[in-house]
Amino acid sequence: MTVRPDMSAPTLAQLRLGAGRFGWAWHVLPWGVALATYFVAGAYLTLGTAALEMILFTLSIDLALGYAGIVTFGQAAFFGVGAYAAGLLSIHVTPDPILGLLFGTAIAALLGLVTGVLILHTEGVTLMMLTLAIASMIGAFAAQAGDLTGGDNGLQGMQISPLFGVFPFDLWGQTGYLYALGVLFLWFVAAWRIVRSPFGRSLDGIRQSPRRMRAIGTPVWWRLIAVYTLAAAMAGTAGSLKAQTNQFVGLDSLDLLVSGTALVMLILGGTRRLYGAFVGAAFYVVVQDLAAEFDPFRWMFLIGGLLVVMVLFLEGGLMGVADWLHHAAARLWLGTARK
Amino acid sequence: MTTSHAALSVRGLCKNFGALTVAQSIDLDLQPGARLGLIGPNGAGKTSFVNLLTGMLRADAGTILLNGEEITGLKPEARVHRGLVRTHQINTLLLETSLRENLAIAVAERENFAWRLLRFTPQWRRCLAEGEAQLAAFGIADLAQHRVAELPYGQQRLLEIAIALVLKPRVLLLDEPAAGVPAAEAHAIHAALDKLPAEISILMIEHDMDVVFRFAREIAVLVQGRVLTTGTPQAIAADPQVRAVYLGRSAP
Repeated sequence: MTVRPDMSAPTLAQLRLGAGRFGWAWHVLPWGVALATYFVAGAYLTLGTAALEMILFTLSIDLALGYAGIVTFGQAAFFGVGAYAAGLLSIHVTPDPILGLLFGTAIAALLGLVTGVLILHTEGVTLMMLTLAIASMIGAFAAQAGDLTGGDNGLQGMQISPLFGVFPFDLWGQTGYLYALGVLFLWFVAAWRIVRSPFGRSLDGIRQSPRRMRAIGTPVWWRLIAVYTLAAAMAGTAGSLKAQTNQFVGLDSLDLLVSGTALVMLILGGTRRLYGAFVGAAFYVVVQDLAAEFDPFRWMFLIGGLLVVMVLFLEGGLMGVADWLHHAAARLWLGTARK
Repeated sequence: MTTSHAALSVRGLCKNFGALTVAQSIDLDLQPGARLGLIGPNGAGKTSFVNLLTGMLRADAGTILLNGEEITGLKPEARVHRGLVRTHQINTLLLETSLRENLAIAVAERENFAWRLLRFTPQWRRCLAEGEAQLAAFGIADLAQHRVAELPYGQQRLLEIAIALVLKPRVLLLDEPAAGVPAAEAHAIHAALDKLPAEISILMIEHDMDVVFRFAREIAVLVQGRVLTTGTPQAIAADPQVRAVYLGRSAP
């Protein structure tokens, strides 16, 4: 006699956020908040833009690390290279923002492809060290190549022409915010589709058991290179956005701290949810700003403490909390419906 | 070459790890529809032999032919696409994924859908449907939407075989399919093994003599990376050489 799971209880899939008849309402919430921010943020709009850029960057880490299990600490390399590429294009070739965005994305993707081919046959700690090493090398190169990057002074003199030739990038960052939101939305929809595609499911399989995937005929190495390139492209877009909305690129965009911060954002929000990256990055940026206002010298202490509490007590991050609330509400609803 | 070649044909297969020889000039043929059991004491090179066949290990010398085509230099995934499929002794299933998706992922790979990032919904539905059909054939259709981790071990072993089957293998390597399964659940595994399509050529590696003698119509004995002898189960059971290897020199 074999023990079978309880068939009467609703499965986790049925209770998942976004499933069921009113599932679409859950999608409206984050995007609605993001759109509403445009109208109410006022002087904080540039902070909102920075949050959107970090959401996109964190999303790229979720794709590589969360879904495909590629342990990368060097994602900032693609962010920074995308930023410098977009900046350099605007200075030397064309001030068009869309072309700059595409160029920054393409260069970052190319770098992802080349480094991916070099390092993705390794795994675990070795892979982690290699991603760190590559990011460090690129950071050092940018610091040394002052003629190209401006070195410590950063890349100055960027000119960005109006978006679609109509909407200039204003001082208050209104165009910048909507531009970033639109780009984030496009990438988010793509990512949403990708992780549900046969390709995305094979990545999930590779994360769980590369051995299994090879046994069913999956070219694991090529799959990993593909997603690594994709994640690099996404990070490159985030970097390009940052360069264009700030009209400046500094060495800090290549800093390992950027990778670390985004990892913290991802863990705070919850991995492998896509919206986890969304919620985590937005939450982090807001809390950081509040904490820095509250105590400009010890805000990192607060962030650190928050992370420890989240990791120890809240499995699945903020999205895990949302799940829990959703479950509780669903049970309450089912309970009253039966009576 | 004639049309009636072996499903799998191994000639002069050699592999050394430094001074350790795991395969010394192995010759083996698997006829279409064969049920060949491969037995041997611990360290005889059974697992290495499977890894050589699947391409996880590179042979130092020798050739492997699958339906008359040379596959010696091919990568493991390419061999799977040619119809050489294996099951694993240890669990490699996707534990966090549902049963039907475990199967659908394999179907998608077989059909080369797995590179699809866009426009995939109808194909993926077909993959899921085929997965569910396979589960029904194994009598576990009601578990389709449950995660593999929720399953008892015996049913996980069944799923392992089901995944191999949706890949439509021509040659199937079963690596200890019943290992670790409690006696009460073993009958389901045996039933599944008995029902495997007759046209598939099967090589079973197994420690458990009861399982081998029940399943195999022919048995090969591997000792120190060499095929000691091949014969019917009765002949092997009676072979004094085999008895000596298995039971030690002092055996009667």
